Amino acid sequence: MKADIATISYRPKLLLALAAVLVLVVLALLPFYIGLYQVQLLTYGLIAAITALGFNLLLGYTGLLSFGHSAFFGIGAYSVAFLLRDAGIHSMELYILIGVPIAAIMSALFGYICVRHTRIFFGILTLALSQVLYSLALKLFWITGGTDGLRVPRPTLLAGTLTFTGGGAYQRFVQSYYYYVLAAFALCVVIMWVIVHSPFGKALQAIRDNETRARFLGLRIRRFRWISFLVSGTFTGLAGILWVPLNGLTTPEILYWPFSGDIVFTALLGGFRNFTGPIVGGLLFTYLKAYAVATTEYWQLLLGVVLVLLVLVLPTGIVGALSAMVNKLRPQEKTW
Amino acid sequence: MILLQTIDLRKQFGETKACDGVNFVVHKGEFLSLVGSNGAGKTSLVNLISAQLTPDSGRILFEDKDITFAPVHERIKAGIARSFQIVNLFDGLSVFDNVALSIFSREGKAVKMAALADHDQEVRNEGFDVLGQFGLKDKSQVLAGGLAQGERKLLDVAVAYALRPKLLFLDEPTSGVSTRDKSQIMDTVSSVVRAGTVTAVVIEHDMDVVFRYSDRIVMMHEGRFLADGSPQEIKANPEVASILLGAPLPA
Repeated sequence: MKADIATISYRPKLLLALAAVLVLVVLALLPFYIGLYQVQLLTYGLIAAITALGFNLLLGYTGLLSFGHSAFFGIGAYSVAFLLRDAGIHSMELYILIGVPIAAIMSALFGYICVRHTRIFFGILTLALSQVLYSLALKLFWITGGTDGLRVPRPTLLAGTLTFTGGGAYQRFVQSYYYYVLAAFALCVVIMWVIVHSPFGKALQAIRDNETRARFLGLRIRRFRWISFLVSGTFTGLAGILWVPLNGLTTPEILYWPFSGDIVFTALLGGFRNFTGPIVGGLLFTYLKAYAVATTEYWQLLLGVVLVLLVLVLPTGIVGALSAMVNKLRPQEKTW
Repeated sequence: MILLQTIDLRKQFGETKACDGVNFVVHKGEFLSLVGSNGAGKTSLVNLISAQLTPDSGRILFEDKDITFAPVHERIKAGIARSFQIVNLFDGLSVFDNVALSIFSREGKAVKMAALADHDQEVRNEGFDVLGQFGLKDKSQVLAGGLAQGERKLLDVAVAYALRPKLLFLDEPTSGVSTRDKSQIMDTVSSVVRAGTVTAVVIEHDMDVVFRYSDRIVMMHEGRFLADGSPQEIKANPEVASILLGAPLPA
């Protein structure tokens, strides 16, 4: 008997969950087959994917292009450095528990100002605010360490269960931290997936597609954009928190506008009109940049050429292009 | 029983008087048509009532409450909804999602982040019910951007209807569609509206459609009301015939 269309079908979601678990298993097994440097690079890639996931809630789902997301990444990273230096905290869990609300509060403040405008005005406001933070980090050197930045040694993981001192500490940390970040990444993907498929996520897409109509459904546009900004900034802040122990140092560079540019690049590379695009973009961009830097001193030029080609040849990003190819091969129906 | 009333409503754009002291009354349960030539002020009047425009002066009362300066979301909550002259849909969302969003918004569920939209069985049932009423159930999973023009017009009305308004403004629901589709759209719209408890105000240029479906017709000309009456009365009005149909005025 054919099921009524109004009845919820769980099959597509089960298939999706199965595919996600498969990818997770592959990612969990990878460290057994690749070198330490690759594990480290992959960890950076997962962190970039979390950044891009957050960024894309704003760009892909809300239709707002931020040029200032480096601010939230930096807030996350500097929160960890301050917690370590000023409160003597060494626990990664405490960094997250305290750092995430800080990133959320700052995102709420920035968002409150920025979402009053859209398009280029929104972009310029986000850029300007992030540059204010960059200037503060640069000039208030007695607090932030200025251009020298602040060192962040390896924290303890899992409430002090895993500590990293003595011989081989670095190797053990990189291996353990990979799984820590992988777990955070998986959690972020699930949370973001639920958000974009929730009524709130649908409302954001509606606002992106047609603001006037959305307003005439009774949706309070600015409030929705503000919440989206808050969530987006918080995800990016979490990425900053996860990034700094791996990097061992935070400097004003991560608050500077080219870092925001990297985040935009990441979303463009994977494709910002689909859920998986930013994840793929985050991972690919990390490798692309790492190998470009290792290959040539003109790596910025190389990345610039890639960006131009990307915009011209694959405007919907890698995943967007692949998705379009698959869609061409099947009837144009949206699956639940 | 009066549902909506405007008192001496005025709106001017430069030298043009879009609404020039309009006293408009809508009674509960009627199917009213607002007619007039282009630039008569019909859409401006609806824009003022639905909060897309702010009046220069005058008052708007809905169920005896002054809503003259109430924001859009408050007017929608009060029970005023509208469709648009140029179809206004969420083209990147499915047909079902377009309607479901109205229901989520109406029920105050649109801010929910921790639940999947398509797992709300109540909204699904109501959404598919609305789509069924408008003959769009089979297209529920198609992207709205992929619908034919007639279907888009119907969905536009369905999205507004799903808000369960007390008063529904339909701005030229049959414009840009074929003659055959016009009847189908208006049959569907009028049957759905009359089956529910919705009062409808339709802006329409096609006088055949207007005379066939309306309980009452109001004619606007240069920002003012020229005539107000039943279809028979309007048909018999020589001024209306002169302006709308180009017939000569009797000497």
